[in-house]
Amino acid sequence: MQLVCPAGNLPALHAAIDAGADAVYAGFRDQTNARAFPGLNFDEAGLRAGIAYAHQRGRKVYLALNTYPETARLRAWQAAVDHAAELGCDAIIAAEMAVLDHAMREHPNLARHLSVQGSATSAPALRYMHERFGISRAVLPRVLSLQQVERLCERSPVPLEVFAFGSLCIMVEGRCQLSSYVTGASPNRHGVCSPARFVRWEEHGDGRRGVRLNGLLMDRYAPGEPAAYPTVCKGRFAVGGETFHALEEPTSLNTLEMLPQLAKAGVAALKIEGRQRGVAYVTAVTRTWREAIDRQRADPANWSARPEWQKALSAHAEGHQTTLGPYHRAWH
Amino acid sequence: MKLSLGPLQYFWPRERTLAFYREAADWPVEVVYLGETVCSKRRELGTRDWIALAETLKAAGKEVVLSSLALVEAESELNAVQRMLDHGGFLIEANDLTAVQLCRERGMPFVAGPSLNLYNHRTLELLVADGLRRWVPGVEQGLQQVDDLLAAYACQGHALPEVEVIAWGRLPLSYSARCFTARAFDVAKDACGFRCIEHPDGLPLATREGTPFLRINGIQVQGEEITDLGPEMTVLRALGVGLLRLYPQSEGMREVVEHFDLARRSPLPPPRRGAVNGYWHGLPGKPGLPAG
Repeated sequence: MQLVCPAGNLPALHAAIDAGADAVYAGFRDQTNARAFPGLNFDEAGLRAGIAYAHQRGRKVYLALNTYPETARLRAWQAAVDHAAELGCDAIIAAEMAVLDHAMREHPNLARHLSVQGSATSAPALRYMHERFGISRAVLPRVLSLQQVERLCERSPVPLEVFAFGSLCIMVEGRCQLSSYVTGASPNRHGVCSPARFVRWEEHGDGRRGVRLNGLLMDRYAPGEPAAYPTVCKGRFAVGGETFHALEEPTSLNTLEMLPQLAKAGVAALKIEGRQRGVAYVTAVTRTWREAIDRQRADPANWSARPEWQKALSAHAEGHQTTLGPYHRAWH
Repeated sequence: MKLSLGPLQYFWPRERTLAFYREAADWPVEVVYLGETVCSKRRELGTRDWIALAETLKAAGKEVVLSSLALVEAESELNAVQRMLDHGGFLIEANDLTAVQLCRERGMPFVAGPSLNLYNHRTLELLVADGLRRWVPGVEQGLQQVDDLLAAYACQGHALPEVEVIAWGRLPLSYSARCFTARAFDVAKDACGFRCIEHPDGLPLATREGTPFLRINGIQVQGEEITDLGPEMTVLRALGVGLLRLYPQSEGMREVVEHFDLARRSPLPPPRRGAVNGYWHGLPGKPGLPAG
């Protein structure tokens, strides 16, 4: 299984490659990718340098062009595809049909991976993207159980990549409008979820805090209580007279203990989430997964998830908590 | 301009559902969308029942469209979509790529539902080649995006497909593998007890200071406000919108239909009855929140 790691900037790209990533994924510094955060991503010179660094070491660079351009912006997205091809990226990761179609027609030799944002959760959906746009890989949304992943591996016309670790989107990716409902800015159109410019922390003097997204209260915290980034899905709300994490707790996905099953199912690549995270995260998480994958491959019969690996991953998890998420039926 | 009854998003008892559509047969709507789009476990009406209902409404003079699930994961869900297509006698509303591909493989036309991602004129062109006959823009696309898309599409010399906008109802905002209703009642999804049947208009969710915010509806999350594009009637006509979609709600649906029926036959737009749909105006979807 290939290990695909996040590169939010050049230092993170170097860190991921040095720690053993088989491939990194990156984005341009604009809204063409789903992590369009201030200060993140690559300009042309940075990407050129990153690709050279990776290629010198026999690794790959995938370029995420995985947002959905409206008519007025389609040309800019098509130009970004052209640019990715010119720079020598190994693949683009895209979701939108017109973007994929342009890539297929203009750059047939540039590999096309279907992004998680493409929302393909069934064999017919994967067939559609394969027959129509010649995708050579698909990243599955984080909504499928392990059993469903296994079945899709059998039936998919293309190799599959799944999320192994990182922040957990609990909604079907590519079809969540919670952020735009509150802020007007969405993952699909703007490459952001609950962007920081809409976030306002309120300190109440006695140690209590509150956090608002575009004025709407997402949560309140007692003194000393750890606070989460206020995406709508991870706030605490009142339902039926009780206040709780009505959609999801702040927690990270961690599938380490499922590594043997994912390998056996024939998953082609494991993806680490976190282009918005720093070098320390990328290094620790990449190194841990590299070792876990290598040891599993070398001696599958005697493999188990080591406590020190789990400890290293938990230290970098949101809220220091991890879950098997949708892979495990009990999560649903 | 036609009126359509969108698919019933909530889970109602069998008798209530059948009674609702018995009444709807006499309402001035031309198109009725039928079928379960949210949760495959909801089986007060099975595929066969929906098809029987479709036959009845067709006999009553309605155009019937069968709506597919928005999220297809399990084999049983895939089979449910397949069974709907197997009938062959009705237009299909494709709410994800699964249904698009199955229609395409069988050469069947389809309506692109609001949970299918279609953001620009080129994608519309691609999907028309696959069998798209009618387009329901996704909730986050407003007047500007729809206008740009249709203009660019027409510019290429294509005849426009029918366009249907969500004119009334709570906006579907997201879907998950998790059931949020089961979570709210602290029961497992696999043993949920169908608690969503107790909430015929979804389960209200408010912020910690009591601002009504969302509706939980099984694996779907909706906006709290019942949005109303009635006051935009003049613009909708100019845009070439052919159908106004009205989402079923448990009470007062007949009055809603009559309101829109009167509105479409009047020269002036009707007074506002529901909430502003912020998305339509390029703002956050939830009404009253400031632009970024």
